[in-house]
Amino acid sequence: MNNKVFAVVALTVAIALAAVTQLIPNEYFFSAAYTVLLFVILATAWNILGGYTGYVNFGSAAFFAIGAYTTVFFYNAFKAPLAVGIVAGTLVAGLAGLGLGYLTLRLRGVFFAIASLALSVVLYIFIVNWDYVGGARGAYVLQPKDIPFGLPRYIHLIYAVQLVMAAFALVVARAIEKSTLGRGLAAIRDDELAAECSGVPTLRLKIFSTMVSCALMGMAGTTFPYYLSYIEPSSAFSLSYAVNSIAMPLIGGMMSWMGPLIGAILLGTVQQLVQVTVSSAWNLLIVGVLLVLFVTLAPNGIMGWVDAWRRRKGR
Amino acid sequence: MEVSWALLANAVIAGLLLGGFYAAMSVGISISFGMLDVVNIAHPAFIILGSYIAYIVNDRFGFDPIVVSVAVSPLFFLLGAALYRVYYYSFERRGQESLRGLAFFFGILFITEVALVLVFGVDYRMVSSRYGDVTWRAGEVGFPMRLVVPFLVSMVMVIGVQLFLTHTFFGRAVLAVAQDPLALRLMGVNPVRVKERAFAISIATAGVAGAFLIIIQPVQPAIGREFIGLVFAVCVLGGMGSIWGTLLGAFVLGLAESFTSTYFGPSWAPAVSFGLLLATLAFRPSGLLGR
Repeated sequence: MNNKVFAVVALTVAIALAAVTQLIPNEYFFSAAYTVLLFVILATAWNILGGYTGYVNFGSAAFFAIGAYTTVFFYNAFKAPLAVGIVAGTLVAGLAGLGLGYLTLRLRGVFFAIASLALSVVLYIFIVNWDYVGGARGAYVLQPKDIPFGLPRYIHLIYAVQLVMAAFALVVARAIEKSTLGRGLAAIRDDELAAECSGVPTLRLKIFSTMVSCALMGMAGTTFPYYLSYIEPSSAFSLSYAVNSIAMPLIGGMMSWMGPLIGAILLGTVQQLVQVTVSSAWNLLIVGVLLVLFVTLAPNGIMGWVDAWRRRKGR
Repeated sequence: MEVSWALLANAVIAGLLLGGFYAAMSVGISISFGMLDVVNIAHPAFIILGSYIAYIVNDRFGFDPIVVSVAVSPLFFLLGAALYRVYYYSFERRGQESLRGLAFFFGILFITEVALVLVFGVDYRMVSSRYGDVTWRAGEVGFPMRLVVPFLVSMVMVIGVQLFLTHTFFGRAVLAVAQDPLALRLMGVNPVRVKERAFAISIATAGVAGAFLIIIQPVQPAIGREFIGLVFAVCVLGGMGSIWGTLLGAFVLGLAESFTSTYFGPSWAPAVSFGLLLATLAFRPSGLLGR
């Protein structure tokens, strides 16, 4: 399937799903599904750098929060509509990723990982001290009264938008994976020195994939202030975003665009169930334990099992 | 003018004392990350674990936190050895330490934090000690004992580690494994065993640093994350794998944080370490005393 066909199919499926699920009467479905879709985008975005290129980004929460707080900023400054927030948040997060990548990707991969962790703490403190976007108190973002497409509540719209953005993220990830760019990234992941010697412009490719990955993470955050109409730094910078966006691709499988999707849907749904039935602390513990178990015992994740099964069948 | 001099002197003293404590937190990272090339981002989780053990024993029996931490450091040593075993067989031997090994330690950090939250809740805990509220004064300048005692013990520990590394056969083997594991193998030393023990030592220092931490400030499980940047900043700033560099980096960072909280307000202080780390990585990745 070529990229254009896949894009058309993915977007059609997303819009059709968004339309059909509007019939579901349970309001909780929309907020739960919104959260799962948020993780689909984050996991897919993380995998562009982590899975395809082999560089660990611990700063998912930072880029997510950049997206969210860009929306807040434009809302406070111009009462800008959601669409402006989405575009601006994606761009700002992409630029932040570009900056971080430019500064640290020339060094060993581990420095990038540590710097990304550092970035999320610096940004957190910056936001806590920046009163214009609410500071430590948090900020209110009012959901608009008139909702397009005749939807009953704003969460329905946010959910539909998130669904379309998730499809977009998957299209981007798949396009990168199947292109020569993706092969270059895979070469970097497998042996960076050999890739460099074979003429792969490693630094440029790494910076590019960091930028795309971070921009998509920012995109995931842009709708977040509207989700509860309220945002505060510790929820926007929650460590659970960083852990989940690493755990989901690892559990699903990092080699293809399908892995993060499967991981995010599985783990996201389990977490929603545990959060409702047990408690949110236990649900974080489950994510952490699953992450450690999968990374030590099943390094290629669920898609790795599928591939092994296919190979056995083909023989 | 008189007042601002006192302020300056107090900031310098507090910064140096804090720096000594930072050296204790970071010396383990200097060993694991700087010498063994094991990127243990879960190091701060073991510091917090040490704090909680010191807290429990102090709360039940009233023993001094530092004495407790030194007494339980063999347990931390064993824990570190076990952790390195898992790390080695799952990742290092297969050449997968860069991506999956990092994710593994991140998972360990996260599990420790959440488990502590589940057992102790998110309340801040502190310890009581005989010197906790005492401040020794020289004119305008105060020497709070809750900083001085950890500083002194920390200096003993850090310099002890340095002497151990440079003056014993095992210590030199650790330095050698950082440079050339193959040559070490040719000399008849098993590099895996050397790394295992050295990593275990690094975790043991984390446990002791945990007791310092809970003497200096109240502790809750989530504050471990804030120290990730700090310990790596100290390690990278000083120069990878150099204990003297770690000491220097720790003092620089302690002074920078102390000045920031004196002149700009304490809410900015945690940003200093991360900012310094980002700046070091961007402009001088080999550190101050880098090889």
